[in-house]
Amino acid sequence: MTTSTLTHLQTLEAEAIHIMREVVAEFRNPVMLYSVGKDSSVMLHLARKAFHPGPLPFSLLHVDTGFKFREMYEFRDWITKEVGAKLIVYRNEEAIKQGAHPLKLGVARCCGALKTKALLDALEAGGFDAAMGGARRDEERSRAKERIFSFRDEFGQWDPKSQRPELWDLYNCRMHEGESIRVFPISNWTEMDIWQYIRQENIPIVPLYYAKERMMVKRGAMLIPADDAGNLKPGEVPEPVMCRYRTLGCSPCTGAVYSSANSIEEIVAESAIATRSERETRIIDHGSNSMEDKKKEGYF
Amino acid sequence: MNTLDKELFSAVETALLRFTTAGSVDDGKSTLIGRLLVDTKGVFEDQLDAAMGVEDKKGAKGAHLALLTDGLQAEREQGITIDVAYRYFATPKRKFIIADTPGHEQYTRNMVTGASTAHLAIILIDARKGVLTQSRRHAYISRLLGIPHIVVAINKMDLVDYSETVFKQIRQDFTDFYTNLGLIGGELTFIPMSALEGDMVVTRGTQLPWYQGQTLLEKLETAPVTGKINARDFRFPVQYVSRPQTEELHDFRGYMGRIESGSVKVGDHVTVLPSGLTSHIKEIVTFDGSLQRAFAPMSVTLTLTDERDISRGDMITHSNNLPRVEKELSAMLCWMHETPLTPGKKYLIKHASTTIKAMVTSLDERVDINSLEHIAAPIELKMNEIGRVSLKLLKPIACDAYANNRATGGFIVIDDFTNMTVGAGMIQ
Repeated sequence: MTTSTLTHLQTLEAEAIHIMREVVAEFRNPVMLYSVGKDSSVMLHLARKAFHPGPLPFSLLHVDTGFKFREMYEFRDWITKEVGAKLIVYRNEEAIKQGAHPLKLGVARCCGALKTKALLDALEAGGFDAAMGGARRDEERSRAKERIFSFRDEFGQWDPKSQRPELWDLYNCRMHEGESIRVFPISNWTEMDIWQYIRQENIPIVPLYYAKERMMVKRGAMLIPADDAGNLKPGEVPEPVMCRYRTLGCSPCTGAVYSSANSIEEIVAESAIATRSERETRIIDHGSNSMEDKKKEGYF
Repeated sequence: MNTLDKELFSAVETALLRFTTAGSVDDGKSTLIGRLLVDTKGVFEDQLDAAMGVEDKKGAKGAHLALLTDGLQAEREQGITIDVAYRYFATPKRKFIIADTPGHEQYTRNMVTGASTAHLAIILIDARKGVLTQSRRHAYISRLLGIPHIVVAINKMDLVDYSETVFKQIRQDFTDFYTNLGLIGGELTFIPMSALEGDMVVTRGTQLPWYQGQTLLEKLETAPVTGKINARDFRFPVQYVSRPQTEELHDFRGYMGRIESGSVKVGDHVTVLPSGLTSHIKEIVTFDGSLQRAFAPMSVTLTLTDERDISRGDMITHSNNLPRVEKELSAMLCWMHETPLTPGKKYLIKHASTTIKAMVTSLDERVDINSLEHIAAPIELKMNEIGRVSLKLLKPIACDAYANNRATGGFIVIDDFTNMTVGAGMIQ
């Protein structure tokens, strides 16, 4: 008999599919969080592979802050229609109406209202007992200790000290009423794996990941998009900059990087020689309120 | 396309190796992992800055390499590692996942967890101290969990003047006790190194000219990744039955799951367990088209030539190569919860895609993981203890001995009142 081995991407793909099927088999009402970025694009592709030839056996949930880039909304509506996925959009309308903005509330409070609270409310409103998300362990150091099946108490909070041990590929999916689980099928993928997989599988992504001349403001070491006047601080003047985004979040809080990479091959090459992590362009990870604290409160 | 590009794209064809690291607080384990990450560029500058504080980044080496791998605030404050952390790095030859587990006695459960998915274990030994009680513990757990390759990293060679005599003595001591343990299988490799100075980790350095073997990274890049999976016995636990019932797929009934071991071809005669129903493989369905043959660990969808009553928890196997179907099992168990295991209590076990009620009918012996003595008929099994138990299941399951098949021989124990994972078992 011939010896057969899988490439690392095939191994990671097989693992993610196994995890998604386990979620659908074990939970009453699962949902997949969809945030429109490259990791979400990969998750959606994996889900289609997992349940082929049938349709997706769950909805996609987009927790929308209202501050996403225009290109992200266009892409979201196009792709969900293209693949025939059911999309639920949830917004914390009350906070949005009260004018929540990172420059006004501070990043931590704005995220708390528009992302963390909105996510917890959305999961409750939908009665979802399991939420799959595209977080990866290589993104940030507190994530390195997160389980693939990450148990949350009835308040949606994470207690890093009392996590369930996770052995082999046997996932304990049992919970009491009111508790929930976050599942991260691409926990073991790195940023490079994501890009290589997007290239290998020809997965559509938001055009913001490709380099283009865009109107930007230089703030310290960061490039802030200037397409929304609300993003600007007094005295800041936008200028055209050849750049692209390595990660996508809310437009006031997501920086771009100088780059001329406008094909997936060039992005892979650029990622391979990058010396700074992708999360560096995300303002939420900096400052006193760490990712660990946010996660304890229920941040994704 | 330039050379760099070619290297990157060919890297798509690399394999994935998972390894675990075991060592106690002062063995330099965090320094070793920090060294691997930094020297293979598995860590970004801003992560380095965040871990070290920008101003003293170029200062002292060891302590700072170690800081890179301390994940949680609670740990940094107490200077300890409380849980398994997963780290990632890649070379043009391979991708790696490290399960970084603390080595204190009370953290046996974390080592067992990290070892459960590993192809290879690195056991760290401080060259000044030689083989210690904990080294035995690490070796025992690595073998108990069936890790095919064990690398004994004899670290801190810089503190013993890079002495070949010291290295040889430790190699002899370790080999002796390993053999005496009766630990079967497992390939042992000994590498002298200084993680702090970088000798024999990623680069050879200049201090160990008498050592002709592979560096640690060369070993990691060349150890076979096939050993973890049993390639002989086809085992397919059904995870989910797909019945889309759409117009074009009206009669489609597909069995979704992952091939846990072996391989399967269209036309193969198969038996479904525990029911014993038989059929043939009609199609191996994937999103990228149907396959003639598929192998572990691929996730696929199988259809059969006959309509059979099959559901989640069943196992599809080759008719001429069947696993055991048993209701009473003997298993090695690592206990993972503050509340001890007591004989007579009922638990749930999750094995492959089945979750089933089980009673611990007897606690037959406990293994002292320090002396490796077997103590007969203990009263209970406390957290971080390992013992042999007899189990009676509500219904029979299809399984193999863990030593032959990690995927169909391992199970977790769940407390059905608290829902906590309280133990990890290996069928004998």
